[in-house]
Amino acid sequence: MSAENRFLKNIVLTKRCEKINPESIESYVNAGGYEALKKAVTMEPQQVVDEVKASALRGRGGAGFPTGIKMEAVLKTEVFPKYLVCNADEGEPGNFKDKFLMENDPHQLLEGMIICAYAMGMEKGYIYIRGEYIEPIRILKKAIKHARGKGFLGKGILKKDFSFDIEVRSGAGSYICGEEFALVESLEGKAGRPRNKPPYPTISGIYNKPTQINNVETFSNIPFIILEGAESFKGIGTKSSSGTRLISLSGNVLKRGVYEVEFGITLKQIVYDIGGGVPGGRKIKMVQLGGASGPLIPETMLDLELDYDRLSENNLTIGSGAVIVIDERYDVIEILRLIMKFFKHESCGKCTPCREGIRQILRILYKFGSNSATQNDLKLLRTLSNVMSETAFCGLGQAAPTALFTTMEYFAHEYTSRIKKPGVILKAV
Amino acid sequence: MKLQNVIEKHGRLPENLIHILLEYQAQKDNNSINEDEISHVARELGLSENRVYSVITFYSLFSKEPRGKYVIQVCNDVPCHVNGSFSIIEELEDVLKIKMGDTTRDGIFTLEKTSCLGCCDKSPAIRVGESIHGDLTPEKISEIISFYRREYDECRE
Amino acid sequence: MNRVNLTINGKQVSVLKGTSILNAAREAGIEIPTLCYHPDQFVKANCRVCIVEVEGRKELPSSCSTEVEEGMALWTNSRRVLEARKVIIELLLANHDADCLMCHRNLNCELQKIANQAGVRINRFENVLEMQEVDISSPSIVRNPNKCVKCGRCVEICNEIQGVNIIEKIGRSGEIEVLPTFGRYLSDVACTCCGQCSTVCPVAAIYEKEEIEKVWEAVNDPGKHVIVQTAPAVRVSIGEEFGMEPGSIVTGKLVCALRRLGFDKVFDTDFTADLTIVEEGNELLSRIKNGGVLPMITSCSPGWVNFIEQYYPELLDHVSTCKSPQQMFGALAKSYYLDKMNLKPEDLFVVSIMPCTAKKYEALREEMSVDGVHRDVDAVLTTRELGRMLKQAGIDFDKLPEEKYDDPFGITTGAGVIFGASGGVMEAALRTVYEVVTGKNLKRMEFHTIRGLEGIKEAEVDLKGLTVKVAVAHSLSNARRIMELIRSGKADYHFIEVMCCPGGCIGGGGQPYETTNELRMKRIQATYQADTDLPIRKSHESPAVKALYEEYLIEPLGEKSHKLLHTHYRDRSIKRAQ
Repeated sequence: MSAENRFLKNIVLTKRCEKINPESIESYVNAGGYEALKKAVTMEPQQVVDEVKASALRGRGGAGFPTGIKMEAVLKTEVFPKYLVCNADEGEPGNFKDKFLMENDPHQLLEGMIICAYAMGMEKGYIYIRGEYIEPIRILKKAIKHARGKGFLGKGILKKDFSFDIEVRSGAGSYICGEEFALVESLEGKAGRPRNKPPYPTISGIYNKPTQINNVETFSNIPFIILEGAESFKGIGTKSSSGTRLISLSGNVLKRGVYEVEFGITLKQIVYDIGGGVPGGRKIKMVQLGGASGPLIPETMLDLELDYDRLSENNLTIGSGAVIVIDERYDVIEILRLIMKFFKHESCGKCTPCREGIRQILRILYKFGSNSATQNDLKLLRTLSNVMSETAFCGLGQAAPTALFTTMEYFAHEYTSRIKKPGVILKAV
Repeated sequence: MKLQNVIEKHGRLPENLIHILLEYQAQKDNNSINEDEISHVARELGLSENRVYSVITFYSLFSKEPRGKYVIQVCNDVPCHVNGSFSIIEELEDVLKIKMGDTTRDGIFTLEKTSCLGCCDKSPAIRVGESIHGDLTPEKISEIISFYRREYDECRE
Repeated sequence: MNRVNLTINGKQVSVLKGTSILNAAREAGIEIPTLCYHPDQFVKANCRVCIVEVEGRKELPSSCSTEVEEGMALWTNSRRVLEARKVIIELLLANHDADCLMCHRNLNCELQKIANQAGVRINRFENVLEMQEVDISSPSIVRNPNKCVKCGRCVEICNEIQGVNIIEKIGRSGEIEVLPTFGRYLSDVACTCCGQCSTVCPVAAIYEKEEIEKVWEAVNDPGKHVIVQTAPAVRVSIGEEFGMEPGSIVTGKLVCALRRLGFDKVFDTDFTADLTIVEEGNELLSRIKNGGVLPMITSCSPGWVNFIEQYYPELLDHVSTCKSPQQMFGALAKSYYLDKMNLKPEDLFVVSIMPCTAKKYEALREEMSVDGVHRDVDAVLTTRELGRMLKQAGIDFDKLPEEKYDDPFGITTGAGVIFGASGGVMEAALRTVYEVVTGKNLKRMEFHTIRGLEGIKEAEVDLKGLTVKVAVAHSLSNARRIMELIRSGKADYHFIEVMCCPGGCIGGGGQPYETTNELRMKRIQATYQADTDLPIRKSHESPAVKALYEEYLIEPLGEKSHKLLHTHYRDRSIKRAQ
């Protein structure tokens, strides 16, 4: 990792990554691991939740919901058993930071989960991980075994009246299972189609019991918050976005990889200072933030800072932290068709707008690709993407047209220039 | 391992269905689960055949149709695409002499498209069986295919 | 405070906490169009047709799945809502075989209705439908995938109510399909032909196999003597096909309508329902006396018989050997009546009007033929098909006079009528068995504990010191519960009535569309009203039944009965490799 950027900080999440042996629990413990858990079990559950609340940690899976508030809701629910779930179904194209964390510091994740289980009174936790992640599955299973061996998991953890265990469960190839209710369905051994909300999983999740679901990165932040305190955590980042963020940097950029950055960094710094810019001296055509469901923006917008509020002022979001750089060799319609093909493959097929809408979008995009689209097609594309985002059953269908929206706004000429002009008369040669 | 043993290893609970199917399919030469096997699992787990069938057809890692010993999954999402995955697809089709979605006549390879494999830092990437191959160029394809052919032949001997 | 105040389209509304927006609007007299929503089913919220605009919310939530909140301000017909709804309906139509003019559901299709309501005049989207084969393999049900809107109602009723899960959502995304097991033909899976799927389908993706043409051909053939029998449940539901109030009892109009269609004689299946009671009652007593297999289970419902043959074949000895009333009628028609009328077998054509799709399969069974050549029942029409046929003939049902059934199979008792409701067969049997065994007159004929929509109902009757325990189950998921009890030896009943369809035959798979539990209750009430209105309410008191025994059958369970009125079953489970 390059250290010259002042925002590039491997202080919270990645401080041990590539330094310790991820397959050795001793290595983790020697680097200060499980100290946060030891501290947590001396605290009252409410204190742990309060600390997380005070840290203003926001979910790193994409939606950015305050983690502490979610925990508080589950803590106050008097229904048992409660379940804890780590969402490791990282399937959004361009994202690989959860894999990085699981492969490089699996115990940090486990420790975060154990602390949360302690705080909310859970005895059973799951790590739901995509079936394609063979290596992380292996490493996690080994880490769980080691943690049980050391008494960090199992009955009477740290000799306290606290028992908790974790099971690794995998999906079998389905992006929608990253949606929390689809994930719950899949955990129960069913096809992963989302359920009605409300009730939310915090009230009625796995087997209709209260279930707290968080992303790998979110849980991995917990040990730091408990050990160093909410104030230290808030000291990192910006006013509205505390802590650091893992960025999965990919596409046409020299140094692809996972980087831990402090909130407040600009997108330009991520792409150029950390990523080293585009290979071959080519120009950037566009950058996609968050992954397939995120916005596609032109280079001129890269001065924006990484900050929940600043991005949302511009109707943008960083989602799960992917930054995909696309250089000038590629055109917008071509990229959009790839994105919509991804959603066509991954839609669960439950609701009308998503099931039928995506394939209609693809048909219209095909017309743009072959320069046979009309003004009407452009209008229809706009209508359809509006209806999808307003009426789809779950986040997948609602977010699927994001790239379309943003390109229609920032790359409008790419559409209008391909519209067939009416009444063209060919000249006889 | 026999199907019955896989079921017993995981336990006869509906929630174990996906794991049972994944593990059993992975060790089969044709990388698929047929109707009789679906019925068997359904009976053992106390589910309807249709319930199991719906799971198999929902998740992209499962197949009811026989596939090759090695399923080659090629990612063509944006990060891989902009790093040239389309040329990897062309090369694979050339070397294997099959089209995307097909299985080689000798039953060794099946070529499939997949959604993002989470290896965007090594794009373009493919997954063969349970292994990932990244930072690919068309030139590397022949070598990878030969490697698996050799492995296949050695297993046969 | 248990009530929530909100405004809908600017109008102040107060509803109970927990009410959905959809129902709150309905209470306020505001109709929100729906497609996947069904009042008796789980809220699916997958069609997205019932969206509404809620002040302060970016998205347009589905009203069926969203609960009202205090102070909510919502619009069901804003420009935004109407436009989005139109787009959604166009999307559905762009993947639908919209040959509405020739469709089974023309003018009673839920999709057609909402498309018309939304003012869809052109479809802005290209049609993406890839036409698929229509599955006509089943004798009872036709599955047309080109019409399917993937609402999931059929899947739910097959899975949750009937518990067989023969059809399921298969695949994902645009490739999602509702298919029988392994994508096979319906005839190749363990489908019970109950047709419940067809009653909840909003479009013509699943419907009964129509036999109208065959019947038209027969009634118009001067060489044929065509007779018709009407099942008990049809008289309390056919009126709905003509916009009459659900629960209207229209027996007399039904008889008249059938005569006007050209049937030579109009008979009542109630007559053989009474006969069933006499035979089945005696079979039960004989089993009790001679240590036969108990509990004995009724056999009137062919969907149920299909179920036990396919799912619990090892328990087939429990099933009464009595044919169903439809087939007793067919057998007598093709023997006793044939002789009496001096007809040749090929010249007598027997039609039944049934609330049921499984009856179509039953009539085709090879054992349902007295002479081994001709079918006992030649054609089976569902209530819905009869409705269509009457409309084809331009018969204005509501205005018809009331007429009476023909002799000799036209005498109706209350016991026969209540066969139509769950618990009715049992009640009719108890009325007869009690009097046969005790020799006493039954004072109170109503057995209330076995009436209504409760899944499994029980009763006990004292028969001269023997306490007879009976149970009544309706819908196949409840039948399965009973079967599991028998299998584990925990069913200490003597006699069990099982009806395949929820509510019994009044809720049958061939009954008018948009059947709901509310409607079932109205038909049940009408059924018991019809019973109370009749002078004879016990099967063994039916003069026609008495005459038939005296003249022809001699005695219950006798040689003739055995040949004509009883049958056997077989293991029809689908065998797969172990």
